[in-house]
Amino acid sequence: MNSAQGIAFQILQSVFVVLAAPLLTGWVNQCRAWLQNRSAPSILLPYYTLAKLFHKDAIFARDASPIFRWTPYILFGCMWLAAGIVPVLATGLPFAPAADIIALVGVFALARMFSALAAMDIGTSFGGLGARREMLIGFLAEPAMLMTLFTAAFISGSTQLTTIVDTLAHREFALYPSLAFAAVAFLMVLLAENARIPIDNPTTHLELTMVHEALILEYSARHLALIEWAVAIKLFAYMTIGIALFLPWGIANAGDWSALPYAFAALAGKLALAGAGLALIEALLAKLRLFLAPEFLSTAFLLAVLGMLTHFLVKG
Amino acid sequence: MGIPILAQLVNVLAAFLLLIAFAMLSQRRVLTLIKLLAWQGAALAASTAIVAWSTGQTHLYYSALLTVLLKVILIPWVLHRLIDRLFVRWDIETLINIPTTMLIGIGLVIFAFALATPISQMATTLTRSTLGIALASVLLSFLMMIVRQKAVPQVIGFLAMENGLFFAATSATYGMPLVVELGVALDVLVGTFIFGIFFFHIRERFDSLDIRHMEKLKED
Amino acid sequence: MGVLSSPLAGSLAVAVAWLAIAVAGLVPAGNAAFARRFAFPLGAAAGVALAAFGLQAAWLPAQTLTLPLGLPDMPFHLRIDPLAGFFLMLLGSVSAGISVYAAGYFREEPSGRLTLINLQYHVFLASMAFVLLADDAYLFMVAWETMALSSYFLVITDHQLPAIRRAGFLYLLIAHLGAIAILLCFGVLHGGRGDYTFDALRAAQLQPAWATVAFLLAFFGFGAKAGMLPLHAWLPEAHPAAPSPVSALMSGVMIKTAIYGMVRVIFDLIGNVRWEWGMVVLAVGGATTLFGVLYALMQHDLKRLLAYHSVENIGIILLGLGMAMVFIGFGHPAAGVLALIAALYHTLNHAVFKGLLFLGAGSILHSTGLRNLNDMGGLIRGMPKTAFYFLIGALAISALPPLNGFVSEWLTFQAALQATILQHGVVRSLLPLFAATLALAGALTAMCFVKVYGIAFLGRPREPADHSPLPHAGDAGRMERYGMAWLAAGCFVLGLFPTSFLLILNRVGVSLTGQGLSEQALAGSGWLWLVPTSAGQASYSPVIFLVVIAAATLLTFLLVRRFYHGRVRFAAPWDCGYPEQTSRMQDTADAFGQPIRHVFGPIYRIERRLPGPDDAEPRYTLKVEDRHWYWLYMPVARAAEFVSSKIALLQQGRISIYLLYSFITLIALLVFVR
Repeated sequence: MNSAQGIAFQILQSVFVVLAAPLLTGWVNQCRAWLQNRSAPSILLPYYTLAKLFHKDAIFARDASPIFRWTPYILFGCMWLAAGIVPVLATGLPFAPAADIIALVGVFALARMFSALAAMDIGTSFGGLGARREMLIGFLAEPAMLMTLFTAAFISGSTQLTTIVDTLAHREFALYPSLAFAAVAFLMVLLAENARIPIDNPTTHLELTMVHEALILEYSARHLALIEWAVAIKLFAYMTIGIALFLPWGIANAGDWSALPYAFAALAGKLALAGAGLALIEALLAKLRLFLAPEFLSTAFLLAVLGMLTHFLVKG
Repeated sequence: MGIPILAQLVNVLAAFLLLIAFAMLSQRRVLTLIKLLAWQGAALAASTAIVAWSTGQTHLYYSALLTVLLKVILIPWVLHRLIDRLFVRWDIETLINIPTTMLIGIGLVIFAFALATPISQMATTLTRSTLGIALASVLLSFLMMIVRQKAVPQVIGFLAMENGLFFAATSATYGMPLVVELGVALDVLVGTFIFGIFFFHIRERFDSLDIRHMEKLKED
Repeated sequence: MGVLSSPLAGSLAVAVAWLAIAVAGLVPAGNAAFARRFAFPLGAAAGVALAAFGLQAAWLPAQTLTLPLGLPDMPFHLRIDPLAGFFLMLLGSVSAGISVYAAGYFREEPSGRLTLINLQYHVFLASMAFVLLADDAYLFMVAWETMALSSYFLVITDHQLPAIRRAGFLYLLIAHLGAIAILLCFGVLHGGRGDYTFDALRAAQLQPAWATVAFLLAFFGFGAKAGMLPLHAWLPEAHPAAPSPVSALMSGVMIKTAIYGMVRVIFDLIGNVRWEWGMVVLAVGGATTLFGVLYALMQHDLKRLLAYHSVENIGIILLGLGMAMVFIGFGHPAAGVLALIAALYHTLNHAVFKGLLFLGAGSILHSTGLRNLNDMGGLIRGMPKTAFYFLIGALAISALPPLNGFVSEWLTFQAALQATILQHGVVRSLLPLFAATLALAGALTAMCFVKVYGIAFLGRPREPADHSPLPHAGDAGRMERYGMAWLAAGCFVLGLFPTSFLLILNRVGVSLTGQGLSEQALAGSGWLWLVPTSAGQASYSPVIFLVVIAAATLLTFLLVRRFYHGRVRFAAPWDCGYPEQTSRMQDTADAFGQPIRHVFGPIYRIERRLPGPDDAEPRYTLKVEDRHWYWLYMPVARAAEFVSSKIALLQQGRISIYLLYSFITLIALLVFVR
């Protein structure tokens, strides 16, 4: 594989993730509608929504600062980077060594900090409410995610996502109890970080129950479109991280064009299942009271730590 | 790694057992606790059956069957009827809050693992690495008994502890003689009935199943 | 010419130059012109020179020098080696930025105060340089005490206020307790042999028990100066009491000299590091980290909050040092060097971004007179450049890529992930747990700085601007901005080009333990990539990171403008249908910390007074106190008072009793000497 092919793969993957992310969100919404016995909207509805938002005029509060104006672009840029690093279609991409799993968590933390700052910029009580709640959830979700990734790193001996995926995909089929714990913890963190039930209701319109929506209450038009898009890419990225860590079979090597269609098909199948599973979880659980969210996340954190300890025990 | 597939399955079931022990620590609803107890019994039965298949010890099949009958079907049914009659649904307060309990739980797990590692290296059974997990679930269930304030979760902790002991026996020594197992199973059943009778007495005396009322029985 | 080729002579010259600047300011000229206009900029230039010499020293072998000062048979020995060179680089570069800032900050002080501040400031800088250069215990203690004294006088600059006098007293007390412990440690190492030079102390062969005693004395002695648990109480009192450039210097540089002392004494002089020591350091470091960040989240005084964050970051440095000791103690020097490099890198990073944050707080104080976060809001409009630099500091301390805080945290995690090479089961499981503590602290720090930045700079002003306009209203002055820009540039350089610093620190590690990073690490690292162990195991490229995010951001902006439009309208903020939205309805600092207070309640000692329904003037008060006062400091103080009161019985006031004492002593001596 020469570097030109690698760059081509890299660009292809980034563009693919950015364009396909709203489709995943549409699919999750469809599954949720079916489970609630409603007729579902079109699976392309998020795209129509984005197009509609881009056409509108942006409205800013009179006191808005540059941080408020630039945050949607910065968020989108951070998610671009995440889309490029996570091995979605192929491993061994040229940008992949630039950031390992710790840097990936750092990218999400950077995005979270900027969105919280933008929320506080508004100067109303709702912005502060959103920022405070978002950081409350984030302060436990981030360490839990790190510990989950460390478990995977201990098993494969590296913190590079490429190496982890290669190790886990090409080993003989073995059941690792530590990975089982890590998978449960990862699922809980995914629900928390992507503002899903049981932590947050993504379709709520009641401001006092909002966590993530309260952060973006003030945004409109193209800024709102970029933020919604970035949220969709984040969900896509988290799901593909989960797939890469726990179900890595079928992934291609960079430069191997012949394996690409198979990788696409495998990815589509896994994401369809994962999206349906997410909708099922959201339908079965109820939203937690806000101060039970730290308990939920500390359970995830401690499960991840438990997974790490189990790895040390079972190995030696 | 060269661990055969059956041993890996037993490892996974052991991890599941530990997961349930942790989940019990963090649960507040009594109904869910009973369901978790039933799942724990099922995992136990499955792992006993797998060990029976891979080592050819047929008496373990009977153990597995007994476990299913007793711990998955009979005892949860008895507990369901109990809580229906006693109108118990929630256990809001614990002695110390849940995250702290789980942190102590992690400490106990490290302790149990550290204790079990040298013993595992000496044992010769297929499932020796699960001894630490079994010990950890016993300690976690004991912790659950200590921090709960109502009587029914305490009994569930007691039963979970017995599950962990049973698993430890299976993993270290391929089970106990059938006679001993039957005796233990009978004891557990009788114990549950006696607990039930005591619950009614406590309820009558104090109008509540909160065990802190028992302190009033102290002589001053 | 000779000065340029010898970093030791150069550093000595810089230290002497600082002393000269200090004294020159005392010359009584009109309006203290020298001190006002030239002293601080000259001091900054000297700092830059010192940084260059320190950098040079990292690449050369160790050099020594003996000065004919001091006592007749104990002259001053000086020595510069890679470790000292690294810390001199830290001292020089960070103090340069702070001195430039101070040139602007102290410009309007009255002459008397200004000359004194100038004197104390430059003596402080010179004494820190001598601490780093010292090669014998005598010069070390002399310089150490001078450092404590000069900083004490700086802390009580506003000594008319009793609260500041109390803070200064507490600071001096704990500094002296630490100094006694350090002195005792040197005594243990000295072992009665009569030679206090570091070479002799290094060569001493100690029995394991005495080595542990020396370790504990050094750890707690230097830890008292660094501000680790439980001897941290002076930090949140003294740092806010001092003027802002002094707080920056103390928090940024002075507590790092304590880390230098720890590394020098434990790794170099005592040697033969044992892994049990590492576990003690890890435990104390973990507790300090969590304690610092949790208390910082409860503060509404900006400088006190920053002081608690210094406590937290010292804990992070101790985590790295503890891991290094554990690895070296178990015989894995390569992993130990990685952990040591992570700890020292964090030392430099913290100096840079904490200095920047304190300088920003000083600008806020200078321009608005506000120190309480609950009164601030919307400062980004009046002070945009200060807001920009403070944002960089806030992003850096929250350990966010691609700035410098992330690099040292990344390196610490990489060191913790080497735990699989250990054989001891419990230690191998505990090391990742300490990494988990670090992750938790990082996330809590981000929360705290969202609070600080959001409440101070963003939103709308919480208090009506009816206080009289200050002379410095508006953005920070020119010199103040240059100082902050220097430190902000440092954050970027340390974050984007970490490999150069990694190589310098590798030299430090080689000089201390005899072994450096692995061959694959050095082969894989370059200006673009940071590879601490091997390229397959971990790598990081902050430049690519920044370039990709910046490119994506700009590309998105341009594409959206091109394909759609950039129209903007302005309106009032969305009020969800509530008619009356005032700026007082925003979150205050205490409100932002309420979720943490709820979750971590038992850790604090909280006194809350809620307004009742019948109060004519409802008032809500919240007091969060440090439990250590009630567990440790007050009981010790009461015990000391009790013992003193008993001993005070000796003082009867009658001459005959005193003569009786002398008589009894004489009889006793005659009996026992016979």
